[in-house]
Amino acid sequence: MIRGGRIVDPGGSHPADVLIQDGVITSVTATVGSVPAGTVVLDASGCLVTPGLVDLHTHLREPGREEAETVETGSRAAALGGYTAVVAMPNTEPAMDSAAVIRQVQHLGASALCDVHPAGAITVGREGRMLAPMAEMAALGVRIFTDDGSGVQDSRLMRRAMEYASALGVTLAQHCEDASLAGGGHMHEGEWSSRLGLAGQPAEAEELMVMRDLALARLTGAKMHFLHLSTARSLAMIRGAKHSGLAVTAEVAPHHFTLTDECVATYDSVYKVNPPLRTAGDIEAVKEALADGTADAIATDHAPHTAEAKEAPFDQAPPGMLGLETALGLALTELDLPAERVFALMSWQPAAIAGLSAGHGGPVEAGRPANLCVVDPDEMWTVDPSASASRSRNNPYAGRKLRGRVRHTVLHGEPVVIDGEAQR
Amino acid sequence: MTDVRETATGLPGAAIDLAEMAGRHRGHRHLLSIADLGAEGITDVLRLTDSFVEVSRRAIPKVPALRGKTVVSVFFEDSTRTRLSFETAARRLSADVMTFSASSSSLNKGESLKDTVQTIQAMGVDGLVVRHSGSGVPWQVAGWLDGPSVINAGDGWHEHPTQALLDCYTITRKLGLAPEAGLSGRRIAIVGDIRHSRVARSDVLAFTALGAEVTLVAPPTLLPPSLAGWPVSVSHDLDRVLPTLDVVYVLRLQRERMLEALLPSIREYTATYGLTRRRAALLEEDALIMHPGPVNRGVEIAAEVADQPGSVITAQVSNGVAVRMAVLFLLLGSGVDLAVA
Repeated sequence: MIRGGRIVDPGGSHPADVLIQDGVITSVTATVGSVPAGTVVLDASGCLVTPGLVDLHTHLREPGREEAETVETGSRAAALGGYTAVVAMPNTEPAMDSAAVIRQVQHLGASALCDVHPAGAITVGREGRMLAPMAEMAALGVRIFTDDGSGVQDSRLMRRAMEYASALGVTLAQHCEDASLAGGGHMHEGEWSSRLGLAGQPAEAEELMVMRDLALARLTGAKMHFLHLSTARSLAMIRGAKHSGLAVTAEVAPHHFTLTDECVATYDSVYKVNPPLRTAGDIEAVKEALADGTADAIATDHAPHTAEAKEAPFDQAPPGMLGLETALGLALTELDLPAERVFALMSWQPAAIAGLSAGHGGPVEAGRPANLCVVDPDEMWTVDPSASASRSRNNPYAGRKLRGRVRHTVLHGEPVVIDGEAQR
Repeated sequence: MTDVRETATGLPGAAIDLAEMAGRHRGHRHLLSIADLGAEGITDVLRLTDSFVEVSRRAIPKVPALRGKTVVSVFFEDSTRTRLSFETAARRLSADVMTFSASSSSLNKGESLKDTVQTIQAMGVDGLVVRHSGSGVPWQVAGWLDGPSVINAGDGWHEHPTQALLDCYTITRKLGLAPEAGLSGRRIAIVGDIRHSRVARSDVLAFTALGAEVTLVAPPTLLPPSLAGWPVSVSHDLDRVLPTLDVVYVLRLQRERMLEALLPSIREYTATYGLTRRRAALLEEDALIMHPGPVNRGVEIAAEVADQPGSVITAQVSNGVAVRMAVLFLLLGSGVDLAVA
């Protein structure tokens, strides 16, 4: 039972206690009188009780890079961050491009601290040459396909993938980066890359692929989701596409509304990420897109890397930063949005994009699976990378003070996080 | 007092108040960027360099200033001339000198950069002279170490501060400028591959800090993508710029630039941006011709022009040793030895 909180879900906001039995919400009432003996009571006084968060963009690194993260450690970090479901990106080793690897990740996910939904690769080996067996993977429940880590460069192949996918009822998600224009750039191309002597990638490398995929979505009628958009013009194009009626959705990452390319001036590779940190103007555009509905979701792009990998010269270090445990705090602290909007962007809207609305994203009402998150919106805390449940430590927010912290997380009725502590 | 100081450092101390100078540089443990020094710091290094030029002319060009100190040159990228210049400078100051050289690729096979430099620190060194093909590596190294000074001997496309210092020294002394005048009002053009040049980035910072008017002359493909915040002007017409200059600074052109679609051909580059004999004749008679080396004769500069009277390319090299002595002395030596004084 979750007692004393205020429910925030797609239907609105009201104070209520939540009774849970056998993984299912059995009642949501103003006050529950007596509770059966032996009931676990989670205190939610002063807290918001919301549908569990859903991350559209998590790198769990398993199989292949278990030294950086595993399904278990990544899911623990997710649970601590309030997530009850994550979409696991397919750039593992081997890539999630076959039924066998999908089954392996699903099997690992079955005992994880959150639901793990693997995304399938669009092309074999994420090499951008041949279509991966999408129907086989879709039959196992895969609902999102992407070559994330890189974009599908070949326009004809992308068109075919969209056409093929449209018969499967699945969504294609693109990491938008024109590889030849990006040219292997290590940061955003501009004033700072010029000063720092680092090869940059221009905003246009992202924008060109956004433009192309919007054209292809128009051509094929495919459902397209745009991953981690980071530039003002990318978001402006999505805004325009939505106005014209295209079935497209877009996500943005917390680091793209909190950090700029100026951070790279320290040459600390914790600030290397792809798409790269952009300018202050882009941060404003990302915030505006979140406020006006152009962006449908905040997704972490949680990308663990070992300290050894990150301690390389900036131009050799792998891109990526952790995100699962800080995303909600950053959103509540840095965005000028009501909490209801933040949870829409982090729970029910991403759940709908991932095809997970049956189990995640609310509403909080009797009969629904008990996947819930209890958040104290006023708790102040300081980010401490060494305390992370992730196996990696590439957290760019060390020492940052955030407002709003996850108190409890409930996964199919099991309290996997109580008072900010993972229970297994 | 002067005698004690002379004994401690072996330097002719009368011209410079070393104690006062050292006090101003006490906060400088590393030399990573020219920006660390500022105009005053650059001027101090140049004044100190005069003393070391004098030392270099002695029959035995050696002073005991860094006796007992250990300097290691840590070169992850080959550069024989810069490494030799630093090691010669350290030896002339009586430091013990160690050499570490490895290509970046050999590190990829095993030991990490961090482990490598921490291992070197564990041997007990006072200064690391670091060269790396990756921009920013000296900053990372300085962050990982606790104690030794880090001197940037060139990082990627980013900076090469001692090159800029030796360039400033060469210009001010060859033009006979008063130390306090800096480069005020002097017109300097840097010609060539600015985009990929650590020399250009440090030179722009140093020349403009000393008051020079700097023009970058290059095809747009060889300029940085953004020049926001750079106090320079840009030209694509070398012929028009040359007659106005006190100094033309020619950068080396790497031949692989054609592969990246930055240039059509070497021939076209030489025709449009090379300092040919015809172009060199457009310079004022007393204008200086400079180049950081190694020179691609016939590409960015004609062989005859590199050797003509206005060319100070060889002086740059010999001043390099004295400048690096001054830098090593300021970072590693001045505090300790002046305590004796």
